[in-house]
Amino acid sequence: MANKLVSEMPLPPHLVHLLAARRLTTAKDVLSLPELELMGILDAGIHTARAAVAHVSEIACPPYQTALALLEAVRLRGDGRLVTTLRGLDDALRGGIPAGKLTEIVGPSGIGKTQFCLKLALLATLPECYGGLNGRVVYIDTESKFSSRRMIEIGEKSFPQIFRQEGLAQKMAGRILVLRPTSLSDFTKSLEQMKVTLLQHDVKLLVVDSMAALMSSEIEKSATSLRQHPLRWALSFLKSMAEFSQIPVVVTNQVRSQSNDDGYHYSFEVEKKDDSISAERFESHLVAALGIQWAHAVTIRLVFESHSGHRFIKVAKSPMSPAVAFPFTVESSGIILLSDEGIDVPGPEITSIRCQGENVLAQ
Amino acid sequence: MEIANLPIATSHRAKLLAAGYSSLAALSAASPPRLARDLSIGIQEAEDILKVAVDANKSKGVDGPSTSSVLKGAQNAWDMLSDEQSRKHINTGSADLNNILGGGIQCKEVTEIGGVPGIGKTQLGIQLAINVQIPVEYGGLGGKAVYIDTEGSFMVERAYQIAEGCISDILEYFPYCHDKAPSGQERLKPESFLADIYYFRICSYTEQIAVINYLEKFLEEHKNVRIVIIDSVTFHFRQDFDDMALRTRVLSGLSLKLMKLAKAYNLAVVLLNQVTTKFTEGSFQLTLALGDSWSHSCTNRLILYWNGNGRYAYLDKSPSLPVASAPYAVTVKGVRDAVNSNCKRVRVM
Repeated sequence: MANKLVSEMPLPPHLVHLLAARRLTTAKDVLSLPELELMGILDAGIHTARAAVAHVSEIACPPYQTALALLEAVRLRGDGRLVTTLRGLDDALRGGIPAGKLTEIVGPSGIGKTQFCLKLALLATLPECYGGLNGRVVYIDTESKFSSRRMIEIGEKSFPQIFRQEGLAQKMAGRILVLRPTSLSDFTKSLEQMKVTLLQHDVKLLVVDSMAALMSSEIEKSATSLRQHPLRWALSFLKSMAEFSQIPVVVTNQVRSQSNDDGYHYSFEVEKKDDSISAERFESHLVAALGIQWAHAVTIRLVFESHSGHRFIKVAKSPMSPAVAFPFTVESSGIILLSDEGIDVPGPEITSIRCQGENVLAQ
Repeated sequence: MEIANLPIATSHRAKLLAAGYSSLAALSAASPPRLARDLSIGIQEAEDILKVAVDANKSKGVDGPSTSSVLKGAQNAWDMLSDEQSRKHINTGSADLNNILGGGIQCKEVTEIGGVPGIGKTQLGIQLAINVQIPVEYGGLGGKAVYIDTEGSFMVERAYQIAEGCISDILEYFPYCHDKAPSGQERLKPESFLADIYYFRICSYTEQIAVINYLEKFLEEHKNVRIVIIDSVTFHFRQDFDDMALRTRVLSGLSLKLMKLAKAYNLAVVLLNQVTTKFTEGSFQLTLALGDSWSHSCTNRLILYWNGNGRYAYLDKSPSLPVASAPYAVTVKGVRDAVNSNCKRVRVM
């Protein structure tokens, strides 16, 4: 609605002429000006300017719904959640990965993020009677890590009854469309094209693996001050796309290490922290590669981490879920939870990312 | 007042000055046709100018003898006190949190709530949207809520859950009301709570400006709204603004409008804000987003943070209350008191 043309709005005619004459063609042009400046540009009195703003605002403002109507819409449509088949995780997320929201998976390399994404992609293609979404999947693979062979393997091991049927494996795999953008501009372009195709071709899941790879390659090229910009755009776009087409959008994120915990406390907390600082100073820890602004914008964040000899999936941010962690392993059938009973995680530990290398030789 | 300060079109102002109208007195003596001829403008426009001038004269003039109207629009401190005392608070769900806020979120004020991702800002927002509707006979405000969602993080299933939690608590505290007020019982349904939340989904900053402008009209039509929640005020302004100076001006315009709405319609405005890192005194620190000039624009500021294993709220700014912090917890039922930090671990099933 923001780019709605003033000339197409049912405004009083004298306002239309006035705005058109000053080249204020969209609602955005009119509304981002402070009142006084608008008076100056329109060369009009305060009443005219205010009337113009009020009219344009009313038209540009999206219509409201009551929360009850939203609830009814969800009940009518079915909530379109993607079941992960990891029972504990599904319970914690109240039925799976929600449609219309941005879900992020963050973790160190090699922990199993891509394995998880492959499984999700496969699940979304399955017929509804097997718990899938029976649709296409768009898989944006920025790190060239998508492996069809591995995916079929996961499928054969976890759903032998389906994949043994003649031709079904081909049909399922044929529904997964893999895009391999090599640069951010490529990615941007394919996203823009997708907006239309998502609805037309019955796409039920969008996976971006990984978001951080695109951004970090771009950061080196451009100055750091510009670094937030492409990210911001992709962020709003992905969110609006999830919402507009009501499908789950899953994005992975990498980690980077940070040497101390600067930037994790408010100024009023500083005094208390001083005594504990000496111990923490020398320990480097991991943080998500895309910063705090990104973290604010995702609706659900799953952290994959490893410590004390196990790998864990943690529900680090979710409006619906308690803070729990599930130990898991990666097997030939994909990710398996070792226990469906989550381990409660108290406090801010839920958002930390640890990577104490598993002892590979011992296994 | 001078002609130069009149809120009229710039070209008209220039013409007035050129034609020798330098003071309001000179202008008020003029008749519309005369003015139109002097300035060579239409008679309609001349009338408009005179109307503005008369308004300006009025607001400056009339000093009545009574004390209350020494200055038009002013209110003396004693009246304000009684006004403040009669003001209602919106329960946050946690008694400790209510305590540091002096009873809850204040009506007629703008309160900003910020914190790191996942700390419970949206939870608190939804909780307030539900709690504002607690009927008057159960100690609430019985109002309605406007929820402006800029991030798409409002989850209606969760709102339903919180409404259920709120209702079960009401019935626990007022066990006798079952028999006394059968009519009240009917209203205590999660569905009726949800029906009184007006939800706007905003997808760009232009829409955010538009919705705040439109609220004035909306509130005129929906008189019983007692809280407006914007979740979050930051998102779009952080995404797609390049001109920082303009951003500051637009934001301060918005906050002024919100304050005006809060006063005029006797409602609480709650703005949820994100955090960002800021480099001060040699290290990076967390601070609320949108910068320093924005931090002036809210009356109260509450920061949510982790302290050890608990969630805490810190009252960072308030004109009347001391700086304080209090623990709280997010449970299945919503925001509640932290009971030896076990509460939030209750499984959601």
